Amino acid sequence: MSSATFQLWRGSGADGKYTTYTTDYQEGMVVLDVIHKIQAEQAPNLAVRWNCKAGKCGSCSAEINGKPRLMCMTRMNEIPVESPVTIEPMRAFPWIRDLVTDVSWNYRVKKQIKKFKPRPPDNPDGTWSMSQEDVDRVQEFRKCIECFLCQDVCHVLREHNLHEEFVGPRFFVYVAALEMHPLDTENRLEELVTAKGIGYCNITKCCTKVCPENITITDNAIIPLKERVVDEYYDPLKRLFRMFRSK
Amino acid sequence: MSRAEAMKPRGFGQTQRRDLWWVEPLAILLGLSGYIVYATWAAFQGQFYHWGPYLSPFYSPEIFGDSPHSWFGPKPAWWPAWLLFSPAFLILWAPGGFRFTCYYYRGSYYKAFWADPPGCAVGEPRKSYWGERSFPLIIQNIHRYFLYVAVIFIFFLAIDVWKALWFTDVQTGVTSFGIGVGTLVLALNVIMLGGYTFGCHSMRHFSGGGKDQLSKATFGLKGYNCVSCLNRNHMRWAWGSLFWVAFTDVYVRLVAMGIWTDWRIF
Repeated sequence: MSSATFQLWRGSGADGKYTTYTTDYQEGMVVLDVIHKIQAEQAPNLAVRWNCKAGKCGSCSAEINGKPRLMCMTRMNEIPVESPVTIEPMRAFPWIRDLVTDVSWNYRVKKQIKKFKPRPPDNPDGTWSMSQEDVDRVQEFRKCIECFLCQDVCHVLREHNLHEEFVGPRFFVYVAALEMHPLDTENRLEELVTAKGIGYCNITKCCTKVCPENITITDNAIIPLKERVVDEYYDPLKRLFRMFRSK
Repeated sequence: MSRAEAMKPRGFGQTQRRDLWWVEPLAILLGLSGYIVYATWAAFQGQFYHWGPYLSPFYSPEIFGDSPHSWFGPKPAWWPAWLLFSPAFLILWAPGGFRFTCYYYRGSYYKAFWADPPGCAVGEPRKSYWGERSFPLIIQNIHRYFLYVAVIFIFFLAIDVWKALWFTDVQTGVTSFGIGVGTLVLALNVIMLGGYTFGCHSMRHFSGGGKDQLSKATFGLKGYNCVSCLNRNHMRWAWGSLFWVAFTDVYVRLVAMGIWTDWRIF
């Protein structure tokens, strides 16, 4: 049995401050276990969002020692406990209470993205035929658990608060899954440039570093989308080629 | 402290992170700055860039110049007398532009040189932010055109390796096949630059990434997978090739100056 001191961000409305708790923990415990222990023994009114405790629901996102992480997937032996461990809510979203933020902006953004629009069925029975290699690529994007840690760490949202002009890495992954789908016929490139603000991304790869599902967000989703945008809007030779091809 | 204040962006460099987050941007700052200083110095020298069959990659292809590698002879007559001349000036814009607009380097130098952000989840120095959606950084979209030129340069550098296999005896004038340490240095330079160039994100797009059906990839599925394989280590190729191209210039320079001896292996 070991002991550690935690500084939890606590409060609501306009008032918040770090509150210090010291508690024991056992080998194998994760940060969320410790938070529950503090909640059970010292702070019964502590607000924390959680659900599966298995890294699949994406509910317990927080900032542990300044790093956006899932509390249920962060083992105590992974973090230094010599000095107090700080646990804060995600900073990119409106704060509600204690460790809980309002992530509903993400759901509103998702509704605005053009839906999947498949080509007419390939077969008389209304089904499609696809090669396995064609669908393999988008499978990676489907691993997303919508924990919004990538949104939280993205400096465009976190530091510059450009939520109205930039949808963030989570939704570039979502758009990539649709745009690269072998059956999809919808074109989302114009809205990527305008309403979704892909040009704001300056490829820091912070989103990739914090993804608990290890989705290669920047290299496999955002940069390929940026290249498609270049094809459509910034490459004069491609434009010329398209012009001649259409004649 | 009120929560409203705490939710405001943190000040420059402020963070709750405990790790040494500043080491990576500092290393990039020093690494890239050192390279720029050395490459600029080497380009301005205009001498000691060739020895025997070897030609420094900073000067290849040598369009105009005084070495036997020059395509069109010495400095052209139309070159303004007041303007300093070096064969490197005519070509270094291409690899420089390729690296400057590279997706990996962009993310790195935005952090290291512009602190935008200085590190992940670390406070920034400025409130305003334009990203790459307006001038000047919208020009970064030109990257693929630098890729086209870079691929051609790889071809020329490969020819330099071939030339570096043929040594002329100073006394007899007879040319014979051979391998020197310099040949290996030049060959490794092409391999490193090739790994970096052919694993570029724009190359990945052309090789099939731009298509929705990878089974119909431009270079075939294997070609796309090969580019993707290089792309997964793009950062390593970027730094490896950057270091090695500078070392290759150092090697040729020191051999040409008579400080190092080029050992013949074969």
